[in-house]
Amino acid sequence: MSEITMTEALNHAIDEAMAADENVFCLGEDIGDKQGGGVFKVTSGLSTKYGDQRVRATPISEVAIVGAAVGAALAGQRPIAEIMLMNFVGVCMDQIVNHAAKLRFMSGGQTKVPLVIRTTTGAGLGFGGQHSDMLEAWFAHVAGLKVVTASNAADAKGLLRSSIECNDPVVFIENTLSYGLLSEDPGKDHRVPLGKAAVAKEGEDISVITYGRTVNDALAVAADIEKKGVSVEVIDLRTIAPYDEEAVIRSVRKTRRAITLHEAVKPFGTGAEISANIHQKLFNELKAPVGRVGGVFSPVPFASPLEQAWLPTAEKISSAIMETMEWRS
Amino acid sequence: MNDIDRDKRLDIYTRTMKVNRTDEKFRSILAQGKVAVMYYSVRGEELVSAASMAALNDDDYVVCTYRGQGEQTAKGIPAEKWWAECLGKATGTCKGKGGTMHITHPETGIMVTTGIVGSGIAIANGLATASQNNGDGKVTMVSFGDGAANIGAFHEALNMAQLYKLPVVFVCHNNRYGEHTAFSDHTDGDSIAQRAAGYGMKGVRVDGNDIVEMYGAAKKAVDSARAGEGPTLIEAMCYRMMGHFFGADYSYMPEAHLEEMQAEDPLPKLRKYMLEHDFTEDELDEIVARIDEEIEVAVQNALDAPFPDASELRVDVYEEEMTA
Repeated sequence: MSEITMTEALNHAIDEAMAADENVFCLGEDIGDKQGGGVFKVTSGLSTKYGDQRVRATPISEVAIVGAAVGAALAGQRPIAEIMLMNFVGVCMDQIVNHAAKLRFMSGGQTKVPLVIRTTTGAGLGFGGQHSDMLEAWFAHVAGLKVVTASNAADAKGLLRSSIECNDPVVFIENTLSYGLLSEDPGKDHRVPLGKAAVAKEGEDISVITYGRTVNDALAVAADIEKKGVSVEVIDLRTIAPYDEEAVIRSVRKTRRAITLHEAVKPFGTGAEISANIHQKLFNELKAPVGRVGGVFSPVPFASPLEQAWLPTAEKISSAIMETMEWRS
Repeated sequence: MNDIDRDKRLDIYTRTMKVNRTDEKFRSILAQGKVAVMYYSVRGEELVSAASMAALNDDDYVVCTYRGQGEQTAKGIPAEKWWAECLGKATGTCKGKGGTMHITHPETGIMVTTGIVGSGIAIANGLATASQNNGDGKVTMVSFGDGAANIGAFHEALNMAQLYKLPVVFVCHNNRYGEHTAFSDHTDGDSIAQRAAGYGMKGVRVDGNDIVEMYGAAKKAVDSARAGEGPTLIEAMCYRMMGHFFGADYSYMPEAHLEEMQAEDPLPKLRKYMLEHDFTEDELDEIVARIDEEIEVAVQNALDAPFPDASELRVDVYEEEMTA
C-alpha cells in the first residue's frame, strides 16, 4: 500500500466528491490552478480537471464567499467554501452563525444548508496573533453547525468526504502543521462517519480526550509516560460538535480518570463542556477531577520561545496526566 | 418601456393591493392588541415590491429582509400560511419557528428572509451561482434598503456578482431612511445606483412609485440576467410611510418630508393610472374586496391555530432530530 499526505488526502476527498456529484463545487481565495492551486495546495489540479466554474477562485471577500455558499446550498448544491485561515472567519461570522447554522430551523425544515467551510490554522509557525487561533469553540457553541477536524491523513479524507455529503453545514478545521502527515492510503471513496470518535490508543488508567493535531501530541506523551507505568487511553473525537458523548463516557467509565486537551485557549474551551459532562455522568466513579490542558489565555505570540510557552506542550500534557494520576482528596 | 399590457397592469395592481391590504390589516390587529409581534410596515413601498415580483417567473428565487412582506405577499405565499407564521403558529410556513423576520417558502421561491441588514445580498449570489452552475434558467432577485448599501456585504456581493456575471437582480428600496437616519445623513453620494458603475455593472435609478418605470426596470433587469448578461442594480426611489417598525416613533421625520411623502403615495397614483388605463372603479373595488375577504379568513384561522409543540425545539436544528 502507498502512503499519502494529509494534503493529498483532502485533495482526493474533494476530487472524488466532485466526480461523484456534479452539485459539489469549490469556492475560495486562490484555489484555482491559475492561482497556484490554493495556498496549501489542497485544491491543486481541480480547476484544471473540473473547470473554473466548479472551482471558483474568488476575490478576497469572505462575506461574499460564505454568502454564496449558503445560497448555493439552499438551491441544492454542495459547496465547499475555503476560508484561507481560520482567523478570517471573524469577517464572515454573520453568514456562518446567523444564516448557515439557522436557516434549516428558522424555515421549519423547508430549506437546508449542506455546505462545508474548510479552513486551516494552528500555532507553532510564527504567524502571530491573527493567523494561528483554533476557534472551534465559537462554532461548537452554535446550534445547527457541525465542527470536524482530523488528526491523520486517512481520517482527513474520510471525514471531509462525509462532511461534503452531510446535509448540515460543517466547519472543517485543518491544521497547517499537519498537512505533511502521512497515512496509508485508505483508498477510493473512504468515509469516516461524523459524530463518531476513535480510540487512537487503548489504555487502562486515564483517558485523554482530544482532537486534531494534539491527538499526536497525546500519543507521543502516552508512549513516554507508559515507561512510568501509566497506561493512557487517547480518544480522538474527530467530530468536535456534536461530539461522541457515548465514546467519551465509555472510556472514562473504564479508566475513571480523564484530562481534556486542545490547542485552543483553555477558558471556555470545548474541554470545559466535556469535563462538565463527565463530572455529571460519572461523579461517583471518578478517582480524580477531570484535568484540562489548553493554550495559554493570551493571543498567540510571535517570538518562537514565547509561542512554545503558549502551546499545550508535551511537558504540560504529561504534568496534567501525572497530577490527575496522583490526585488525593 | 412605454406601457404595460392590460393583463400585466391587472397583475401588478392585484399584487400591490394584496401587499397594502395585508399591511393595513397587520397594523390594525397590532393596534387592537390582538397580537404582539415585531412587524416592519411596508406602507409606501407596495408598488416597488409588487412590480419587482411581477417581473419574475413563479419559480424564480427571492431573498428579502425583515421588511419583506411586500416581496412575500406579491410573490404569492398563500395568505393562510403567511399569517399563521407571523402569529407564530404551528400551521405557518416555518411551523412558527421563523416568524415575521424569517418567512421562508421555497414553493413560491421565497428562499430567505433575513433580519440582518445586507446579508441577503451575498446569499442571493449563491442562489444565482447554483442556477449558473446547473443551468436551470432561474433568476434571483434580492431586495434591501438604502441602509444596507453601506454594509460590507453589499460591496463584496456586487463585485462578485458582476465578476461571475451571475443571473441576479439587486433591488434597493431607497425609502430615504436607514432605521432612523435619513439617507442624506448616512450617505454623501447622490445615489446608490451610480455605485454600480464602480463594479462595471448596469445600474439604474427609477421612481418606484411609477408603475411603468418600476416594472420596466425590473423586467429589463430580469430579462438581462436570464439571458446571461449579468446583474443589474436597481435603485427604486420610494418612501417608508411609517416608523422603522410598528409602534416606533417617527417624529424625527421633518414636516417637509412627510408632506412630500404623502404627495408621492403610490396607491392614489396607481389607482389613477388604472382608471386611465381601461379599468373601472367597480372593477378595482371588487379586487380589493376579494383580497380583504381572503385576509379576514386567513387572520381568523391563524388566530385560532395552535402554537408549535415544545418538541419542535429538537427538530430542524440538524437533519437528525436531537435527543431530549
